[in-house]
Amino acid sequence: MDNVTVATETHAAHEEHHVSLPQHRHHFETPEQQREAGTFGMWLFLLTEIMFFGGLFFAYLLYRNWYNPAFVAASNQLNIPLGTTNTAVLITSGFFMALAVWAAEVRKKTFLVATLLLATIFGLVFLGVKYFEYKEKWEKHHIPGASFDISEFVNPPRDAKTGKPVEEPLSPDMAQKTQVFFSLYFAMTGMHALHMIIGVGLLLWLIPRAQRGDFTAGYVAPIENFALYWHFVDIVWIFLFPLLYLINRHPV
Amino acid sequence: MSTTSSTILNLPDQKTATIPKMNYITKEDGLWSWLTTGDHKRIAMLYLISITFFFFIGGIFAGLIRLELLTPQADLVASDTYNKLFSMHGIVMVFLFLVPSVPATIGNFLIPIMIGAKDLAFPKINLLSWYLYVFGAIFILAAMIWGGVDTGWTFTTPLSTHYLNTNVVPAALGVFIAGFSSIFTGLNFIVTIHRMRAPGMTWFKMPLFVWSNYAASILMVLGTPVLAITLTLVALERTIHIGVFDPTLGGDPLLFQHLFWFYSHPAVYIMILPGMGVISEVMSTFSRKRVFGYTAVAFSSVAIAVFGFFVWAHHMFIMGVSNYSALVFSLLTMLVAVPSAIKVFNWAFTMQKGSITFETPMLYSFAFIGLFTIGGLTGVFLGSLGMDIHLTETYFIVAHFHYVMVGGMLMAFMAGIHFWWPKLVGRMYPESLSKLAAVTSFIGFNLTFMPQFILGYLGMPRRYHSYPAEYQVLNVLSTAGATVLGVGFVLPLIYFAWSLKYGEIAGNNPWQATGLEWQIQSPPLTENFTETPIVTQEAYDYEWLANKTQHEVTTVG
Amino acid sequence: MHISPVLWQFLVKWLTNSALFPREASTIAPWADALYFFLLLITIVGVTLVSTLIFGFSIRYRKEKHPVAEHIEGSTLLEATWTIIPLALFLIVFVWGALLYFRIYNPPTNAMNVYIVGKQWMWKAEHPGGQHEINALHVPTGRPIQLTMISQDVFHSFSLPDFRVKREVIPGRYSTVWFEATTPGTYHIFCTQYCGTNHAAMIGEVTVLTPEDYKKWTQTSTSGMSLAQSGERLFASMGCNACHSGNAAARGPSLAGVYGSKLQLTNGQQVLVNDAYLRDAILNPSQHLTAGYAPIMPTYQGQISEEGLIDLVEYIKTLQTNYRVQQTLTTSESNQAAPVAPGVVKP
Repeated sequence: MDNVTVATETHAAHEEHHVSLPQHRHHFETPEQQREAGTFGMWLFLLTEIMFFGGLFFAYLLYRNWYNPAFVAASNQLNIPLGTTNTAVLITSGFFMALAVWAAEVRKKTFLVATLLLATIFGLVFLGVKYFEYKEKWEKHHIPGASFDISEFVNPPRDAKTGKPVEEPLSPDMAQKTQVFFSLYFAMTGMHALHMIIGVGLLLWLIPRAQRGDFTAGYVAPIENFALYWHFVDIVWIFLFPLLYLINRHPV
Repeated sequence: MSTTSSTILNLPDQKTATIPKMNYITKEDGLWSWLTTGDHKRIAMLYLISITFFFFIGGIFAGLIRLELLTPQADLVASDTYNKLFSMHGIVMVFLFLVPSVPATIGNFLIPIMIGAKDLAFPKINLLSWYLYVFGAIFILAAMIWGGVDTGWTFTTPLSTHYLNTNVVPAALGVFIAGFSSIFTGLNFIVTIHRMRAPGMTWFKMPLFVWSNYAASILMVLGTPVLAITLTLVALERTIHIGVFDPTLGGDPLLFQHLFWFYSHPAVYIMILPGMGVISEVMSTFSRKRVFGYTAVAFSSVAIAVFGFFVWAHHMFIMGVSNYSALVFSLLTMLVAVPSAIKVFNWAFTMQKGSITFETPMLYSFAFIGLFTIGGLTGVFLGSLGMDIHLTETYFIVAHFHYVMVGGMLMAFMAGIHFWWPKLVGRMYPESLSKLAAVTSFIGFNLTFMPQFILGYLGMPRRYHSYPAEYQVLNVLSTAGATVLGVGFVLPLIYFAWSLKYGEIAGNNPWQATGLEWQIQSPPLTENFTETPIVTQEAYDYEWLANKTQHEVTTVG
Repeated sequence: MHISPVLWQFLVKWLTNSALFPREASTIAPWADALYFFLLLITIVGVTLVSTLIFGFSIRYRKEKHPVAEHIEGSTLLEATWTIIPLALFLIVFVWGALLYFRIYNPPTNAMNVYIVGKQWMWKAEHPGGQHEINALHVPTGRPIQLTMISQDVFHSFSLPDFRVKREVIPGRYSTVWFEATTPGTYHIFCTQYCGTNHAAMIGEVTVLTPEDYKKWTQTSTSGMSLAQSGERLFASMGCNACHSGNAAARGPSLAGVYGSKLQLTNGQQVLVNDAYLRDAILNPSQHLTAGYAPIMPTYQGQISEEGLIDLVEYIKTLQTNYRVQQTLTTSESNQAAPVAPGVVKP
């Protein structure tokens, strides 16, 4: 008959039985439950982000298939050295973030702060490089809109040595479709950059708290869950980079 | 407990009963405490107030639409105004009422209690989700006040991107933000249900209401982000002309349709599944019996959610999708109809060999079953390719979705609010008046929407400001029904407000129901339970309840 | 149909006169109505069944009569029954609907083609013989009519409820639907896809005439120039004949007889040359390069209206020889006279 336990644990007794962290939220029975719930929640959120980016990837794959020559020519306009640098920068940032999670778990405060700082710096470097890439597009009139210029695609510059055009010239109507490529390029990398900016913002909030010791006394959830987010943003780039920059790339 | 009366209502002695002094409402005073709360019950009440407000706004738009349609000519409002009316009716009703209706109010309030938890997993995110709802709603209101939006709730391109000068971006932004409210609610529910069930509360001991909300939450979490990106692309297309949907720039307007309906079809299941959960609870309580085929109903909820992701192009059968894809989507549409049928029969058979009473929640539940059956079967008409050619884009569609959404979902919402009102506020609503409202809204509903099926087959298109004179009689009938329906919804507003002060004190378990929520005080304490429940009984275990009542354990009040 | 035709006629007439049912004005309408009645039957049976269960159980097991509820877990047999029977019915409906759909959207080969251009907020009908109608469509009975439709701006939808056909009219590509009218009279045309301010005013009338009356109508309503003739003018004035002159050394492929043929493209694909292909080749030539030719054709996107494109498509459809192509080529150049006999023109 007894379906409701007559619990005798009071709050004090509760503390005797395990180390109660100050961040323990009392709607959770145990800190483990809280930590598991937090991680589960973050994974679910990342699933929604996959669906969110998924729409853009779908549109990109569709149009790349339909307007292949335009997309190939347009993607050859992207700056591979800068893109590769950014990929390396972002992976390094992710590496530091992974180290930060370890640091929090083994309670090494200075190391945690250092790795978080490095992750932030590399994230900012990524954004800086992105700025230069976007600026290049602006200068070449490859931003979609009224000032978009297709002349480079219709009349590609000629190679100095061989005299042949560096790129297959496109007919004007196909050249117009390069605008669709750039629209998707800016939408996808822009959305990605927005997520990076949010991540950097969160890092700037986490670092002072890490310095205060909030995450090196057993409560590691914010670092862990933020790391999941950061790695996700990294993975999105790892998909973006080959799809936008690398495929159908021919030697110059 | 009287065995000869025709009700199972069991109230405490009104001369001595009082609302428990300590409860989630009295815990803290002041508006600020409500606006910064983490308590899922307070957040649920905040939502209840907000969605009720927007329901009536949407209802006013509907009233104006029906008023215009009394006459065949366009003589009440200008064409642009009429287009704004139906667009805003749709946007408000879908995104600001139907999507949050049961999950954000009843779900928020009850899911933690039903599984024996103290709160949802992420109370702050729960509060954030309400604020996102409010901000989204403000943007949509702004769009209305600044002159309205006339894209239809479907934002069809290239009309919405290139051919309208109205407030499309604010409206899209509002929907985007409200969508995130929905995502966070769903996320919260999923984590809570997975991780915070009380000891002994296994998946198959949970009430079916929790199963339905779980299935709806999966849809919220996976589908809504696609709407978000779609509306973002529409906004980008409008502002900086990126060209993804513009055929003159090489874009494809049909791409928008695919992306939009990829969310918007699961959205209709987001809207109906929680309502179905309510019906399970009500049918069980007022038949005094476990839901027939508990496992079948639980799995059907999940099946509806899963299949619901694979049928979106049935909104596009005549839009130029290939014949083969039309075949696939039509077949899948037929499959998704089956779990709903299973549920309807299981609810009906819950009554077999039960002990049935006809309080207001049960009346609304009956209305749901009948009207949802009609609405659902008319969906089969539309899923049938050749039939869809004639019926699509006519009033048949309007009638179909109003039958499932209003005759189905709204009736379920009313059933749920009446059923759990005593738990939410500690007082009963007036039974005779509520029965009157239920019958009124049932009659009004059928009078409004049954003629629309006929109008649809006759060929009357939807979203028409004026129409050929031969359609007038049916339109007049429909408007007459709308007036009656309106009364049916205004009455509850009045008597629920009245009941807050003058309703009978409900006590813990006025309906003598199973379920953890009925074993605690009404209104509940902020922390729900004084001690963590340990669950050994099945869901809808009336024997356990009978035993328990005999050895009543009093809770702290 | 397995119902006696007399009974069917009676039923339909009664329904139509009650203003609760549309007229059946096409050959496909009875087929659509048959499916509709079957679906209605299923619905009525379903609703009756569910209501009977609810009302029956309510009465039989109400609390006064049945104070103690009995515990019942479920019944696999019942679950199977009410899974399989609805599924079977829905699958029947699926197959029937699919067959009807294929019938409605696959025109017979001998269909007479009429072009429909939708724009905010009117319908333009273009008959090949040069008759132009606005918000109206005249057709004969007893002949399959195919509508090739396109929108100039947003999505519209061309609906003929009494014929039970409807199709979306899309910007950027042709969509088609066909019907065969059975009874002279006038019937509604509606736009059923919300398209802006005057969506509700984008309506018109189909006038179905007997074949003789239709012939008279075509003679009295023609603008004097058939679509193909207008197309020929446009072909010359836009300079198409300069490259598509039909000469051996011409920069573009000859278009005589190309309609309906299978074309080899530079990317190795083989395509069937139909209306949609021709229209798209004018607007996006680089995606439709005929094998052996350089990608030099400019795009005419934004330079020709949909009506103009229809004229050109009709023209190319009817083009059998390049004689007049070359004629118009030389007459468009001011300092040369027309050749005396059909033949090669000095490049």
